[in-house]
Parts: sequence; C-alpha cells; structure tokens
Amino acid sequence: MTIIFQIIALIAVVLVAFLTLRGGGARRQAVQRIFMLLFILAAGSSIIAPQVWTFAAQLLGVGRGADLLLYITVLAFLAFVGATYRRFRRIENDMTDIARQLALTREKAQHNEPEV
Amino acid sequence: MTQTWAVVPMFNEGSVIASVVTELRKSIPNVVCVDDCSSDDSAAQAESAGAIVVRHPINLGQGASLQTGFEFVRSIPEMTEVVTFDADGQHQVADALAMVQKLRDEKLDIVIGSRFLDDRTDMSRLKRAVLRLATAYTRVTTGMALTDAHNGLRVISRDLLMKMQLKQNRMAHASELIDQVRLYKAKWAEHPTHIVYTDYSRGKGQSVLNSVNILVEIIFK
Repeated sequence: MTIIFQIIALIAVVLVAFLTLRGGGARRQAVQRIFMLLFILAAGSSIIAPQVWTFAAQLLGVGRGADLLLYITVLAFLAFVGATYRRFRRIENDMTDIARQLALTREKAQHNEPEV
Repeated sequence: MTQTWAVVPMFNEGSVIASVVTELRKSIPNVVCVDDCSSDDSAAQAESAGAIVVRHPINLGQGASLQTGFEFVRSIPEMTEVVTFDADGQHQVADALAMVQKLRDEKLDIVIGSRFLDDRTDMSRLKRAVLRLATAYTRVTTGMALTDAHNGLRVISRDLLMKMQLKQNRMAHASELIDQVRLYKAKWAEHPTHIVYTDYSRGKGQSVLNSVNILVEIIFK
C-alpha cells in the first residue's frame, strides 16, 4: 500500500517539476527556480525517505518530520502570497495605465479637440 | 479667462446622472464624466445632458476614474480649477460654487468639502462614527487637521492638479489625495457642505464595512 502511494506521489512531483522548471526566461527567474528546485527535492525526499525529515526535525528540536514540513510549507505559502500580491499590483497598475490611455485617446478621436 | 471644470466619476448611475449633469451645467458648463465601464446607459445619459464622456474600457474603480478625469482636463489650457463631484447627486452645486469662490479669493490650492463643519448633513450614528475614525486616521498620518477626509466634493487648482497622481484605484484614493496635498505642501482649506442622503445614494454609497477595505488598501499599498 505504502509503495503504491509513494510511486504515485513521486510521479506527481516529477510532473510538477517538469511543468514549473521548463521554458526559458529572464535572469530574475533564476532565484525563483532554485527555490522551486529545493522545494521539489524536499517533496521527493519526504516521500522516499521520510526518516531524513524526522532526523532534521529532531536536530532543530521540532519533533516530527511532518511538523517540520508543515512549518516550511506555511512559510513558503506566505512568501508565495506576498510575491503574488506584488505581481498582481504591478499588473493592475500597468492595466490601469493602458485602459486610461485608451479611454483618453478614444475620446480625443471622437472630438478631435476637446470642446472649449 | 478662467474656466472651471467638473470631473464626475460615474458607474451605473443611469437613472440620475442626466439630472445631476444638467443641474451642474447651469453654473459649471464644462463637465467631464468618466464612465467606469457601466453596464447601463450612464454614458449616453450623461452625453445627452451635455457632458463630455470618457469611457474606461474595463472597470477600474473610483480612484482611477478621478485620475482619468484629471488627466483629461490637464490637456485643456483654459482650465483654472477643477471640481470633483459625485455622480449620485448627493452634493449641492451651490456648495461647489462657494468653494470655487473661496479657492480664488484666498488663492488656495485645494478646498475640501466637509460634512462636519455644520449640522446640515443628516446621517446615521454608525456612519458618523466610522467617518470620524477615518478622519482621525488621516489626521495622525498626515498631520492635517481635517474634519472630513472622505468627502467627494473638492475644488483643486490647476497647479496642484498638474502634480496629482492617484495610484489607488478603488476607495483609498480619498486618503491618498489628502496625502499628496501634504506632500506638495499645498495651501488647503475646508468648506462646509451639505450631503443629501437619498434612498438612491444610500443604496449606491459605501457600506460602513467598506472601511475595512479602505484600511487594507492604505496599509498594503
């Protein structure tokens, strides 16, 4: 039973890794990708060798390996929320500028010159 | 030659906008309505009443609409000051005119409307308390002794308008605007305004809960 779950979970991790790390990009993405790679390694190792996590957790005084994984996941999630919020705001600002310019340009095209 | 322009941010106000624009144009003939992608006939109604309408292709929020209106009037060389006026008809044109006069007489950069300088405006206790709280917040963060930080009726001089840059698309723009008044060391004054809360404007206006959104928008710029 355990081995079947391990195989399915591993396939899922490999799939996610393939989908997220693929494709060319700017230099800025590199750091994000290193973190992603670490995250994938962590996911894979927790499936294959959970005792490594228990060992690390005991070193850090957290107790169970599952607890350590949970803490790391919560932190990673918060970082993700923060990064996503910032990116969203940037996109929103850009979109506002574009929409505003479109609105003003259309009005100008309609009237040529504002009625004074 | 002086020319006052009115900027009216508008979103689904089809049933009242024509009468608001008509009333406004009796004394301020230059009115630009910024239609924030209304799903009703607001834009057509405003146009039929004689306003210039600038249409957002997507819904962006009231702050963004104001900024679009500002950028529109900036391109008009004769413009000397701008009145911001709510589309739901809760403001009085007479108040706006008195504020324009005050701006010119006292050579101010901005005149901000306030519901709390006299007792004409009738509102619920809760709304009053929330507005007081918002004003207290603005006082602490800007050091400006305002009595009403979230009044949609303002008169802004050309000089200040040229510098205004509202980035808060939604409701936090009112605080942001005050923040820029402080930033540019503009000369400001308040003026008593009468806000008429009709059933219509109450329905359209901000619920008290929205102050939570404003606070979050201010903190997480």
